[in-house]
Amino acid sequence: MIQVNNLSKTYNGTTVLKIDNLEIKKGESFGLVGNNGAGKTTFFSLLLDLIQPSTGNIVNNDIQVNTSENWKPFTASFLDESFLIGYLTPEEYFYFIGDLRGQNKADVDALLATHEEFFNGEILKNKKYLRDLSKGNQKKVGIIATLIGNPEVIILDEPFANLDPTTQFRLKKIIKDLADNPEVTVLVSSHDLLHTVEVSDRIVALHKGEVVKDIQTSEETLKELELFFAV
Amino acid sequence: MIQKFLYLEWKAFFRSASFATNLALKILMGFVAVYFILIFLAVGVGAFYILKKMNLDPIVTVNQFMIYYVLMDLIIRLLLQKIPVMNIRPMLIFPIKKSTIVHFSLGKTVLSFFNLVHAFFLIPFCVVLIIEGYDVLSVVLWYTAIFSLLFINNFLNILLSNKDNLFAIFLAIAAVLGGLHYYGLFNITEITAPFFNAIFNTYWAFAIPVLALIALYYVTFQYFKKNLYLDAGLSNKHDVAKTEELTWLNQFGTIGTFLKNDIKLIKRNKRSKTTVGLSVMFLFYGFLFFTNSIEAYNNPVMHIFAGIFVSGGFLITFGQFVPSWDSAYYQLMMTQNIPYKGYLSSKWWLMVIATIVTTTIASFYLYFGIHVYLTIVVGAIYNIGVNSHLVLLGGAYTKTPIDLSSGKGAFGDKKAFNVKTMLISIPQLGLPVLLYWFGSKFGNPNIGLALVAGVGIIGFAFKEKAFSVIEKIYKSEKYATIAAYKQKG
Repeated sequence: MIQVNNLSKTYNGTTVLKIDNLEIKKGESFGLVGNNGAGKTTFFSLLLDLIQPSTGNIVNNDIQVNTSENWKPFTASFLDESFLIGYLTPEEYFYFIGDLRGQNKADVDALLATHEEFFNGEILKNKKYLRDLSKGNQKKVGIIATLIGNPEVIILDEPFANLDPTTQFRLKKIIKDLADNPEVTVLVSSHDLLHTVEVSDRIVALHKGEVVKDIQTSEETLKELELFFAV
Repeated sequence: MIQKFLYLEWKAFFRSASFATNLALKILMGFVAVYFILIFLAVGVGAFYILKKMNLDPIVTVNQFMIYYVLMDLIIRLLLQKIPVMNIRPMLIFPIKKSTIVHFSLGKTVLSFFNLVHAFFLIPFCVVLIIEGYDVLSVVLWYTAIFSLLFINNFLNILLSNKDNLFAIFLAIAAVLGGLHYYGLFNITEITAPFFNAIFNTYWAFAIPVLALIALYYVTFQYFKKNLYLDAGLSNKHDVAKTEELTWLNQFGTIGTFLKNDIKLIKRNKRSKTTVGLSVMFLFYGFLFFTNSIEAYNNPVMHIFAGIFVSGGFLITFGQFVPSWDSAYYQLMMTQNIPYKGYLSSKWWLMVIATIVTTTIASFYLYFGIHVYLTIVVGAIYNIGVNSHLVLLGGAYTKTPIDLSSGKGAFGDKKAFNVKTMLISIPQLGLPVLLYWFGSKFGNPNIGLALVAGVGIIGFAFKEKAFSVIEKIYKSEKYATIAAYKQKG
């Protein structure tokens, strides 16, 4: 589904990301781990064509992302709060995204109804604009918005950060359900090794912009990762 | 302690984003600042002699209109002067007395531009009074009293901030008083002038505003000290949100989706509301031209200039910041399946609708004759046909993130200044003036108007072409724009 070729990103002579070859298969649940500055967000930004690669390219479903925009209809993402429109209410935001993804109000309402539990009664009909919600609640809105319109590729940067324990638990279930769908490729990055191991069937660890581990998740994966990061 | 605060202020000032512009621009702004200071000085010095020449007693005349001066000052403050409360937050947890914090933040507002600017008018005026042989003590006491009144405004504004629409209420009061005065129904100055005259003529009346100022400072101080909590005075105000569906816009497809968003954007953010307020002021700009009150404006070629401004206030103030209005969530827009054309069309329609509405409201200019209103209508045609494309084109190069929650910057953003936008803005005003001049020189004013309108219609015919050019620029500037919007001022 996603093919990375000789990709690198350099700022003022410092290489912050260098991935020679990486293939993510359709239906895979892909976890990206690494310390601050390892290049996780840079990789996702490149994948979403928000920054330009210094060399190489990324191909998403046979579409090279920095030359064509045709990857947009089937790719959904939430990197940070700058993906939210602060002056809208959560409902308006969902409908706006729905409009852009060809979903009518009823479609969106149906999707929201299935995630009522995840919202925990704090999102919908709360008479608050997105800018006035807490960080955690903003995140909930952003994550659910990526599910609108049945995208084939879902990209979530640090989805577990700022969420309360119950919501983290529920989010894991949502991601696992997505991962079970062979049509959906999920990419998740996290600082939390345990969460990532639980939701991903493949984990890649980045260190200073390079791939240092690439493992199919198994019983020993968490130990292996803990050993690697415990320096 | 105050020393440490001053140190922080110094850093905040010199590290603010607006200082990070290039040297040439700083020099240019320096010139502009000097120019305005000189103008104020000239008014301050000249006021005395001009009034004298008109056979009016300068001090009596100034005292008579002082009530309007003070009222306008309060209105401008309510609209623009922001109270810096946010920087207080980090101080709360340090071992600093609350009263010190409050005294400092209140003291800081005293140095605000809105207070200092009056000195440029009042000091020269007072110096001239003294030179002309008025009693020195009287002048000094008068000066003290007037400045106390202006500082009362300063603290009133602090107490009244966070209360919406007060500005409009005060503006309405000023307008009603002015109107009643103009038509001779009721003259507020008859009541207030004796008070201001008393300040000048007696040695005791000045104490009234001074004591009032001291009392008000005390009240403000107590109020702030009592509210120095995160959930009280320092809280961010949360609006009660109402979901609006605006379903009637659904029939317009993609454009409708964006229009819905734009309408909400304008309604729910401070910055955009200020912009709309500003464009309403443009609507009345024409009075300066058509009442023949300013000599330099009193020629027909300048009138077309007014026509552009009167009908295009919103187009100019809003349009120049497309796409910066969406800067806060530009990354989202760039990852969604968004046709640039639909996005641009929605902004274009918004400007066109606003221009038509403005032109309709501007029909009160018919009072000055059909030709004046025709000028405005022609200005509107040119705005829709040509300027709407030009502002969108200029906006594509404008990479200034907009802080929607702050009203500041609506009067022109320093960082938004760049050569390309400047060049693009020349034909916005220059071309119609030139066309009109050409037409009226070699024919008559109506031919001039027809020429301007004709170019507007031609521009309208090239809408598709213009959009595809702008779209290309958007695409080529994409990464630079994303990077620029990430940097928060």
